[in-house]
Amino acid sequence: MNEIEFLSWVRGPGFQIATVIFVAGIIIRLGETLLLGRKANLAEAKGSAMRSGMRTIASRMLPPDKETFKRSTFTITAGYIFHIGLFITIFLFAPHVLLIKDVFGVGWPSLPSQIVDAFTVVSIIALLAILIHRITDKVLRYLSGPEDYIVWFVTIAPLLTGYLTFHRLGGSPVMMLALHILSVELLMVLFPFTKLMHTFTLFLARWYNGAISGYRGVES
Amino acid sequence: MTKDLSPKDKTLGEALRSQGISRRSFLKFCAATASMMALPPAMIPTIAHALEKAKRPSVIWLSFQECTGCTESLTRAHAATVESLIFDSISLDYHHTLQAASGHAAEAAREAAMQEHKGKYLLVVDGSIPLGNPGYSTIAGISNVDMLIDTAKHAAAIISVGSCAAFGGIPNAKPNPTGAVAVSDIIKDKKIINVPGCPPIPVVITGVLTHFLTFGTIPELDHLGRPKVFYGQSIHDRCYRRPFYDKGLFAETFDDEGARLGWCLFKLGCKGPSTYNACATTKWNGGVSFPIEAGHPCIGCSEPNFWDGGGFYKALSMPTENISKTAVYTAAGAVAGAAAVGIMNRYTRGKADDTHEKATIDDLEK
Repeated sequence: MNEIEFLSWVRGPGFQIATVIFVAGIIIRLGETLLLGRKANLAEAKGSAMRSGMRTIASRMLPPDKETFKRSTFTITAGYIFHIGLFITIFLFAPHVLLIKDVFGVGWPSLPSQIVDAFTVVSIIALLAILIHRITDKVLRYLSGPEDYIVWFVTIAPLLTGYLTFHRLGGSPVMMLALHILSVELLMVLFPFTKLMHTFTLFLARWYNGAISGYRGVES
Repeated sequence: MTKDLSPKDKTLGEALRSQGISRRSFLKFCAATASMMALPPAMIPTIAHALEKAKRPSVIWLSFQECTGCTESLTRAHAATVESLIFDSISLDYHHTLQAASGHAAEAAREAAMQEHKGKYLLVVDGSIPLGNPGYSTIAGISNVDMLIDTAKHAAAIISVGSCAAFGGIPNAKPNPTGAVAVSDIIKDKKIINVPGCPPIPVVITGVLTHFLTFGTIPELDHLGRPKVFYGQSIHDRCYRRPFYDKGLFAETFDDEGARLGWCLFKLGCKGPSTYNACATTKWNGGVSFPIEAGHPCIGCSEPNFWDGGGFYKALSMPTENISKTAVYTAAGAVAGAAAVGIMNRYTRGKADDTHEKATIDDLEK
């Protein structure tokens, strides 16, 4: 298989395989959680569970209170930077918007390439800093298992290969583009079965946290 | 009085002079060729000398499953150039589109040339070779594969002209009804120079010929057997519209403002980033322009499997298969599966609840 055939494979059958695992995996994982069900709460409701749940989904996107921020300044700052960077890189880069439009039928305007490029670099730096922090912080290192490093790798790999592909660095651009797409497929395949699922489950968790407080009539 | 040589005995220099090419334009051609092939200027006299003295090389040109577009590209330059005259000056001993003889007489000419120039003739092939059934393409009753093996045996070098000969090309595209393959799939023991393109740029052919005549060797090739001097850089890296790609300025349709302003054609399916060829530098029609300059995205015709690359107007970042359909079917299947498991669990739990016996204080005190 030469590199152009490799590129054809990752753009075709490879992407299809990854999509099947990604979509089926997410639905099964979410179904698993939702179908668990909950026992009926027999206590009298003292407020709206739904309203509090929805509000908590939104409010936890914002920076936390001062005390929490002080306690984990690095994690929160680096976390914000890389998540925002990742969002912009994935959803606002012109070639990615084209892919989204091709698959979902809806597109939106993209940002100029240099701006996306800058966010990519910042995200890569933030992810590297996060890894260093994970390794140097004794407690964090103790808490980290192989999955944490695998998840870190499959997240930074598309960013790095994408950056190299755009700048036509690090070998043949055709091979780099193919590797970039392959790295995304790897991310998609591992996504439903690792902590990457937090992309979806965070909404369930936040809603639940807010809902139990709302039901009891306390602030979440 | 100069001796009137028969065309066969003339050197290339003599042949060119007899066609009215001045020494000045000949040297200009040598200089252009040297720079095109990234050779130092000191090589220009060597090239000139070698070409002057070169005996017209015998060339056997085999056309298999092809459309004659490659031959058209090489012979129909819009004006007589030194390149085309060099091409005229080779001793084209067999080319069934161009030669006057046909049938067995033509085959006799091929065999004669093979005997006379054994081990010295150049073999040029255009078109792919069908392996599905030898009868799909025959010349004078000889199957393409037999003719290729027979003619390649004593060739000094083989040049696969066009994407069909180099990579299988359009006949090889899915579902490949004839079982078409490239020359390199059959001939394994000889160096093959691939000059892909649909069609390839004429000047690339003459460049390869010049290299062979000057140095007696074949030029440096890339991993796909293409001369690096011509196929070393991608269309995208040499494209005059590249700054627009870098800025993120794209034509969205063929007639919008972006298209009129000459913005990047990536979104319209340009394969420039994954295509290696010299179009953006040597250009076409005597240096007039190349497809992107004419407002059409590059279709990647000099790359393997370009016909099966998911469509000419589909951007490189788009999947080639119908991913929406895949996703919807998968989602439907997964939801149905999850629902079935959920119903089953509910049934199991219900049954457990039904058969559950409550313990009373009395039971415990027994």
